[in-house]
Amino acid sequence: MTEAQTLIDKLWAAHEIVRREDGDSLLWVDRHYVHEGSFHAFSRLAERGAAVAEPGLTFGVADHYVPTRAPRDNIGNPEIARMVRQMDENAAKHRIKLFGLNDRRQGIVHVVGPEQGLTLPGLLIVCGDSHTSTHGALGAFAFGIGASEVAHVLMTQTIWQRRPKRMRITVDGKTVPGIGAKDIVLAIIAKIGADGATSHAIEFAGSAIRALSIEGRLTLCNMSIEAGARCGMVAPDQVTFAYVKGRPFAPKGTAFDQAVETWSKLKTDDGVEFDREVALDAATIAPVVTWGTSPQHALPIDASVPDPAGETDSARANELREAIDYMGLHAGQILTAIVIDRAFIGSCTNARIEDLRAAAAVLAGRTSKVPGLVSPGSSMVKRQAEEEGLDRIFRDAGLEWSESGCSMCVGINGDIVAPGERCASTTNRNFRGRQGPGARTHLMSPAMVAAAAVAGRLTDVRSLLAGRKV
Amino acid sequence: MDKFTRKTATACPLNVTNINTDQLLPARYLKWPRSAGLGKVLLQDLRFDSAGREQTDFPLNRPQWRKAKIIVGARNFGCGSSREAAVYALYDYGIRCVIAPSFGDIFAGNAVQNGLLTAAVPDDVAAELMAQLTTTPEMPVTIDLEQQTISCGNHSYGFTIDPVRRLRLLNGWDDIALTESFSERIAAFKAADRTDRAWAFPSE
Repeated sequence: MTEAQTLIDKLWAAHEIVRREDGDSLLWVDRHYVHEGSFHAFSRLAERGAAVAEPGLTFGVADHYVPTRAPRDNIGNPEIARMVRQMDENAAKHRIKLFGLNDRRQGIVHVVGPEQGLTLPGLLIVCGDSHTSTHGALGAFAFGIGASEVAHVLMTQTIWQRRPKRMRITVDGKTVPGIGAKDIVLAIIAKIGADGATSHAIEFAGSAIRALSIEGRLTLCNMSIEAGARCGMVAPDQVTFAYVKGRPFAPKGTAFDQAVETWSKLKTDDGVEFDREVALDAATIAPVVTWGTSPQHALPIDASVPDPAGETDSARANELREAIDYMGLHAGQILTAIVIDRAFIGSCTNARIEDLRAAAAVLAGRTSKVPGLVSPGSSMVKRQAEEEGLDRIFRDAGLEWSESGCSMCVGINGDIVAPGERCASTTNRNFRGRQGPGARTHLMSPAMVAAAAVAGRLTDVRSLLAGRKV
Repeated sequence: MDKFTRKTATACPLNVTNINTDQLLPARYLKWPRSAGLGKVLLQDLRFDSAGREQTDFPLNRPQWRKAKIIVGARNFGCGSSREAAVYALYDYGIRCVIAPSFGDIFAGNAVQNGLLTAAVPDDVAAELMAQLTTTPEMPVTIDLEQQTISCGNHSYGFTIDPVRRLRLLNGWDDIALTESFSERIAAFKAADRTDRAWAFPSE
């Protein structure tokens, strides 16, 4: 009998080509996703006159820089036009399949991969984007890399890595209605901190995780990086197999059956020890919002802005003071008293169909008190939402319904929050200036953003759900 | 890539916890090629106000630390986005080493690829170094990668770094050349994998 192993160990072992004495391993990469921002890496290839080793395993998307509200066939901003064109040219030159701006499958890379069946259980997936951890939701080993590593993967289809430490985060119990994956993951980050999982791979386990849809698991794994983790993953199960089945790039027929047989073994064996275990009770999780400038500055909606004066640790007190100052708040302020200027529903964290449905369930028949933008996670999600009439609900509420892209999560396409403005956002980072210089971001679930839009301030979505289907 | 063995320079304390790569290099500069000079926009929104005026009290703007080649930072330095251009900005500004209690994983990986040393020290050592630099800002700091030591005045401290990364920095090694030396094993893995995990190849 082989030694008991974690899911993390099994995935690692399946991809290890070489293990050196000094502890570094060379791993095989099953999928490499690239985007417009990968231009540094393509320049590196050009300098060396090198080719892409496995164009068939490399997939490009246009997401980071693409316009979502302006015409897409004739991009006004010359710098952005150049970024998009560069991606097109690099994909054509290296025979990489591209989900470009005019492709009906275009969208945010971390939405497109699973949606197209490119992301599968058991794969090792990399991309020059930190939110690559998202793909772990299907039981893949997926992590973000830098431009030099992107160049290395392009040239060799392999990557050098040191085996991460293993952390299991178990969330058992049943969440109350109105609570989603975003609340769970923000509660986790608040508990362990923005560096709580540094140099670890996380396996999410427990009945509350099992109960999540794939969309929910994608949200959960997406934000593993905000706790500092190398990657996050959920063992594949029937929910996963049902999600994957029939997707364009997924295995078909007997190949699918064989795959399911392999994937069914991808789980942590009984009795195996993790380097660290963390447990949460799902029943105690309330809707969570961030008040500060790090995802760890997260609190239940009925709490108040912390008071630095109550901190014994001076560095921590200083951090709180600076965050409160940047956010234009005061110590002890009740979170539900925070008035917002804008709402954003989008990003690789929370712009899948289920997210849009959750927001629409709150907004239906209501009006937003603030301007807001809804950018679907992919062009496929956009069409589906339109078929379901969700776009109409957003528009009727006064929100703008746009094309798909990274949009106001990172603001490089020009969708930004004005200096000093406060935005309720479904995104992943409330860093200073993340949504634009001087912008103030409060992270929360799509339902909570919808509730904040309706109330004009941060609010508990549960008070708006009476008599509604959620 | 340049080798890193030993460096003596002024060191700038930057006591900001969780300083992320969005701070090190704001997203609006990601369109720039490196040749445009990313060093000049390092920490742009902390070094300058919205009108482009220098924030005179920001450490890197103070005369004694303007030319610093070492930064002493706080916990979780370089967390967040994987943008390698954050490392280019630090390096092109002139920074060759960041000393901090912990680093974002992706940032630390990007640093070694570009000859930037990330030296991890315990919280109390980082605090002591910062205190010392605050009272004697001109005091040079020596960082020795072979010995894995940091010297500042009469004090000497050890630091940690992944041993493989240490060797890469000491030798200025390039990953690609190393990987190419394993090309036969990669080919063998791929051939076996095609059969063993046929499902792992995209079907369309």
